[in-house]
Amino acid sequence: MKDLLQRLTSIPGPSGREDQVRAFIQAELEDYCDELTVDTMGNLIAFKRGGKTKLQFAAHMDEIGVIVTAIDEQGFLRFGKIGGIRPHRLYAQRVRFQNGTVGVIGAEKIDDLKELTLEKLYIDIGATSAAEAKTKVSVGDIAAFDHEFVDLGQRVVAKALDDRVGCAVLIEALKRVSKPQNDLYCTFTVQEEVGLRGAKTAAFGIEPDLGIALDVTGTGDTPEAPKLAMKLGQGAAIKIKDVSLITHPQVKELLSTLAEQNGIPYQFEVLPFGGTDAGAIQLTKAGIPAGVISIPCRYLHSPSEMVDLNDVEAAVRLVVATMEHPVTL
Amino acid sequence: MLLKELSELHGVSSGETAVRHYIRDRIQSRVDRIETDRLGNLIAHRDQGKKGPRVMLSAHMDEVGLMVVGIDASGLLKIKTVGGIDERVLISKRVLVGPRRIPGVIGAKPIHLQEKEERERPVKTTGLFVDIGATDRSDAEKDVKIGDLIAFDVEAGPFGDGLFKGKALDDRVGCAVLMNLLENEYDLPLAYAFTVQEEVGLRGATVAAFGLNPDLALVVEATSAGDVPPLKKHQASTRLGAGPAISFMDRSVIVNPALIQRLAAVAEEAGIPYQFRESTTGGTEAGVINRTRSGIPVAVISVPCRYIHAPVGIISLNDFTQTVKLIDAFLRDIEQRGLPV
Repeated sequence: MKDLLQRLTSIPGPSGREDQVRAFIQAELEDYCDELTVDTMGNLIAFKRGGKTKLQFAAHMDEIGVIVTAIDEQGFLRFGKIGGIRPHRLYAQRVRFQNGTVGVIGAEKIDDLKELTLEKLYIDIGATSAAEAKTKVSVGDIAAFDHEFVDLGQRVVAKALDDRVGCAVLIEALKRVSKPQNDLYCTFTVQEEVGLRGAKTAAFGIEPDLGIALDVTGTGDTPEAPKLAMKLGQGAAIKIKDVSLITHPQVKELLSTLAEQNGIPYQFEVLPFGGTDAGAIQLTKAGIPAGVISIPCRYLHSPSEMVDLNDVEAAVRLVVATMEHPVTL
Repeated sequence: MLLKELSELHGVSSGETAVRHYIRDRIQSRVDRIETDRLGNLIAHRDQGKKGPRVMLSAHMDEVGLMVVGIDASGLLKIKTVGGIDERVLISKRVLVGPRRIPGVIGAKPIHLQEKEERERPVKTTGLFVDIGATDRSDAEKDVKIGDLIAFDVEAGPFGDGLFKGKALDDRVGCAVLMNLLENEYDLPLAYAFTVQEEVGLRGATVAAFGLNPDLALVVEATSAGDVPPLKKHQASTRLGAGPAISFMDRSVIVNPALIQRLAAVAEEAGIPYQFRESTTGGTEAGVINRTRSGIPVAVISVPCRYIHAPVGIISLNDFTQTVKLIDAFLRDIEQRGLPV
């Protein structure tokens, strides 16, 4: 799992530029499903036959990032944000473009951190002129955080664990599942960070009976943290509510019962901010019951997100248990 | 002049009838079928006997404006904005109220009677009213009803060196682009959607795209040109006179890079000037079209416009002409080579 997480998080794939992540997952899953398709938006759908009920699992491939909006005469790049990203998280960080170009984020002179806005930041790719910069980067090019994977033993740190850890859980579950009791539509979605866009169109095409997103969630277990019940290492989190979704009661019941029956450590999750693909899935067509299996994660939307491998393993087991349970709703 | 007539029509969101009738009358003879859907979108089909990818072109008919939300005892009209208007631009503007276009003036407390702090702060809509010269409430009620829409009273026309000024250029210029394209013959099944209620939440396009379910959509818009002080060069977004602006991303959509590359290549081959919209703010119908059904590829091409969402905007007539040319060349390219996505 560590190896899979390391390889997945090292790929740059901000919203709208998920192609490299998709190619990686396609190669991983070729031998583990009945059909692999890519839809108009770029969602990857791995289908595995198993039963009457249609289960859609969704993990998003995209990560937060930056997009070049202008190149000035000196060769500095101005940029806009992709997804929820704060200026102070960006300052002095390194970013990597899809063609491998690396830049560092600098700021105009400010007297107070409060003045640090996106407009005051720029990317320096070491170019000395606009002409030189344009040989490496064009307006509209997209970059992601450039940060190494760190193995801390039981816990790992990387950029883009939101939501490559969800992708890893779904990949691993598809490899492990031996007797699926439902038709499985494992969707690796695009453009979640900019508004749950891929999941919306994927769900419209699949029209599942149940949708389950796999995503990260915040924790309340760090110094002076916001009051959240979720803790790293306490198991997979079964979502009750976030901004996009109130989990269908039967889905919550299904997931918690399966966790109990299989001795899988779990915790309940109420998140007062954020949303996931499940929010888009539930509002598809005439409505689809939806829920989320979350992996608690510290330092969300930073270059150093942290998860606990016990929670990852618990999430894999819960997904496999759901796949192998004949679901009726 | 088409642009002048389109600009001077009233079409504040939900009150697009005059614009719809005007466009329908002028394009009716050029289409295979024309329909008004249940939200009021005007959809013109040019698809008889045509094969190939179905392309939807969209431009919105509505404009930002005001609505009458109350009439006070003295006959002054209380107002609310419809769509995103900078409230600081409203004071002392001439307006026309309701379907009978009753003349009015947006009034506010005179400077002599303002406290010092009031002078330093912009007046909010709650402190503004429309004066139609009525003597009292019952006098006003003869001409105006609550819910009536209010548009700016602005004469449009060319000025300066190849420029054009007027209200509602966002997005009557897009409507004009589509009407110009309708003059041409393409060997593709095309649907021209003149949509409603874009300014209040992309509403018309949402249902138009669901109904049409095209293989590709092209949104034609007016976009803000920030080539004015105090904005720095890199904050300009687009520049007047530099050609049609191609969007790569805004708040509502990330455009498929293959589409952007094809548009840029087509422009370069045909010698059409173009620019990228150097900003990620704002939203267009592309957002909702992109997310329709199982997903629809979509691109946005805009005519740069200074002072957008204000009573008077300015565009370059050459940008307008080049936008028609770029879309024409793009459609010819699709005829030859098919879709880029």
